Amino acid sequence: MALNIEQGSTSHSAYNLRSTFSDVEERHTLAVMVENEPGVLARVIGLFSGRGYNIESLTVAEVDHTGHTSRITIVTTGTPQVIEQIKAQLGRIVPVHEVHDLTVEGRSVERELALFKVEGQGEARVEALRLADIFRASVVDTTLESFIFEITGTSDKVDAFAELMRPLGLTEMARTGVAALSRGSAG
Amino acid sequence: MTQAMTGARMVIQALTDQGVDTVFGYPGGAVLPIYDELFQQSGIKHILVRHEQAAIHAAEGYARSTGRVGVAIVTSGPGATNAVTGLTDALMDSIPILVISGQVPTFLIGTDGFQEADTVGITRPCTKHNWLVKDTDALSRTLHEGFHVARSGRPGPVLIDVPKDVQFATGTYTAPEAIRSRYQPGTKGDPAVIAALAQAIETAERPVLYTGGGVINAGPEASRLLRDLVAKTGIPITSSLMGLGAYPASGERWLGMLGMHGLYEANMAMHGCDLLICVGARFDDRITGRTDAFSPQSIKAHIDIDASSINKVIPVDIPILGDCASVLTDLLEAWEARGSKTDRAAMSRWHAQIDAWRAQDCLRYKGSETVIKPQYALQRLEALTKGQDRYITTEVGQHQMWAAQFLGFEAPNRWMTSGGLGTMGYGFPASIGVQVAHPGATVINVAGEASWLMNMQELGTAAQYRLPVKQFILNNERLGMVRQWQQLLHGERYSQSWSEALPDFVKLAEAFGAKGIQCSDPDKLDEAIQEMLDHDGPVVFDCLVEKHENCFPMIPSGKAHNEMLMGEAATEQAIEAGGAVLV
Ligand SMILES: Cc1cc2nc3c(=O)[nH]c(=O)nc-3n(C[C@H](O)[C@H](O)[C@H](O)COP(=O)(O)OP(=O)(O)OC[C@H]3O[C@@H](n4cnc5c(N)ncnc54)[C@H](O)[C@@H]3O)c2cc1C
Ligand SMILES: Cc1ncc(C[n+]2csc(CCOP(=O)(O)OP(=O)(O)O)c2C)c(N)n1
Repeated sequence: MALNIEQGSTSHSAYNLRSTFSDVEERHTLAVMVENEPGVLARVIGLFSGRGYNIESLTVAEVDHTGHTSRITIVTTGTPQVIEQIKAQLGRIVPVHEVHDLTVEGRSVERELALFKVEGQGEARVEALRLADIFRASVVDTTLESFIFEITGTSDKVDAFAELMRPLGLTEMARTGVAALSRGSAG
Repeated sequence: MTQAMTGARMVIQALTDQGVDTVFGYPGGAVLPIYDELFQQSGIKHILVRHEQAAIHAAEGYARSTGRVGVAIVTSGPGATNAVTGLTDALMDSIPILVISGQVPTFLIGTDGFQEADTVGITRPCTKHNWLVKDTDALSRTLHEGFHVARSGRPGPVLIDVPKDVQFATGTYTAPEAIRSRYQPGTKGDPAVIAALAQAIETAERPVLYTGGGVINAGPEASRLLRDLVAKTGIPITSSLMGLGAYPASGERWLGMLGMHGLYEANMAMHGCDLLICVGARFDDRITGRTDAFSPQSIKAHIDIDASSINKVIPVDIPILGDCASVLTDLLEAWEARGSKTDRAAMSRWHAQIDAWRAQDCLRYKGSETVIKPQYALQRLEALTKGQDRYITTEVGQHQMWAAQFLGFEAPNRWMTSGGLGTMGYGFPASIGVQVAHPGATVINVAGEASWLMNMQELGTAAQYRLPVKQFILNNERLGMVRQWQQLLHGERYSQSWSEALPDFVKLAEAFGAKGIQCSDPDKLDEAIQEMLDHDGPVVFDCLVEKHENCFPMIPSGKAHNEMLMGEAATEQAIEAGGAVLV
């Protein structure tokens, strides 16, 4: 039996496919299942700030009340080695039950919800409504000088909508951050 | 299995059920109910330290020398903040300890109450895990879980913050047997990857074992298996500072410590090997030097229980996630099942090469007939304690490195030092913890005068409990390690690296009712050390040594293993711009 070992394998397999020590930055979406106990979010955030990792987006909510489980969805960027470190570091936090890298574990769906306040009159107001329609954003509040639009989609879609609304009188914005699930049946 | 009692009583009950015989601590308002319970029982011995930092280091010394969880109790606010350095030290060195801190009553939390501090917030990044217990019914479960977390997987410090009203209130006590924790880190390595390592051993021409603190963490069985592996394969073995004693210093294949102040033969073997087997070590920057020049020709295997240690700094080819003892068992089995093969011819060439490196005698130093050289003092200490039931602790600095180089450890759990955090002030309280755990043993703290002063108040503790700890101070009247770096890297500008206004150590010892000895004459050194060893009580030994001795070999920060400085003659080469920014 010939020994076939590749440089840069990960902790999970000696025969890994990705070069862990590449210096190309990647964007990964992680789903972290945690025990819903006090301080658990602070632990996760403290890990990122303490070790100098990036957080692009972070959302958290209880998903199983009886099982006391919350789901934290984190979008982060880093080299493959940093991403592997982040997962390993998250995995050793005592109340963390599971860490899933949705970016490598097959296809997933990502959505964000955002609210936009757009103020203006005349042509700009009409244009804002027209674009909202194209983006399937709905109007959830309206006055004679303003709209609040609600939009759901990928972060890219929300970014694009924000770009278009800016010259049309975008004055305030609130975003939920990313929620994500892998496609297909669980497990 | 369950029983009603107060929270304070539960603390004692849980410690008792966990087999705790000793706690280190310091009382205060927020832990008075627990101290009241301690007063009314005799099963658990409480050692009153003189500063909470010392309680934590003593618990670390207790833990490292016994393999059990060390326990400390501190009060709220300043008691808890004083514990922070010790907790960080234990986290960096993977030492299992459990700290119970008092807290203001739950109804005062958040009001800036007297001696209130956000203890779980402050200690979150310096514990493996911590808990604030707000309900007496949850207290016993949390205490048992705390012990479990501290000792399972990669060990580490945990803290349990207990508000005073929770200590007073009555709740239901649950015994440890009734608890099943969700935290169950795996210990068994992947057999396919272990087989790959067994195969790599068969064909390796220049293999090296690089072992570390993880072997000590894994318990004496792991050391036994490691010795077995070395005996059967003939693979030369080196260790980090934290792993000394897992393989005996008198063993045939021992290379000595590796790294920044490691031995020439150990570092050259790391640089030249074709198979590097890391067992329970974490490729610290004191080991790797320049990472891009680290062991350039080798296939690298890494056995570690913590996935975050693997591929953190050095990419490895054969990663094995598991406990050292379990993986070494499987590895030996796999290798033997395949026929116990090694490349004997290549291995004997490798052994010969190592002997040639060893012949460089890298620890050679210039002796003196007039002043005591620190290395000489340690050689004499080694000779005069050889074969004894001996435990060594150290402070941090040059003396620590010389102790690692010149003292030989034959068994695990005999060497307690602050490696990861490098905490000056660790050694004295740690020696107290070790002595409490091993009353009949010879316990020596090899110290520098500056470090020792950082926790010298513990002379009170040593005197009170008649703990015969020996404080062997290599007094160079300098912050020696700092002075060495200033000489080599900062143009000999000795900024603030003198120990001015030192006390008379003999009188200081006597003021506490301990024995003081001073020695400055190499001819009288043996006699003085013997006097220290023979004295049945705490001793402060002020050993006046050469003031400007440097610690060699040395790999300057940012250099590769084969760019080692070997002695005084080589020091000029060290001064180079890039290295100075690293620590
Ligand atoms: C002034 C100074 C100089 C120093 N110079 C040197 C030097 O020259 N050489 C040197 O070696 N060090 C030196 N050190 C110490 C250095 O900083 C590190 O503390 C040390 O190298 C780390 O040792 P380690 O790799 O064995 O890791 P440890 O900190 O002991 O970590 C243990 C590793 O084993 C793993 N582990 C734990 N339990 C288990 C288990 N049951 N099974 C499997 N794996 C487990 C852990 O996950 C971890 O990765 C120096 C320190 C100071 C203060
Ligand atoms: C708490 C703390 N502060 C500062 C340092 C930085 N430091 C490392 S070694 C050293 C000098 C130690 O002097 P001494 O204890 O006399 O030992 P020597 O090096 O002379 O043997 C200092 C200041 C440290 N490691 N720990």
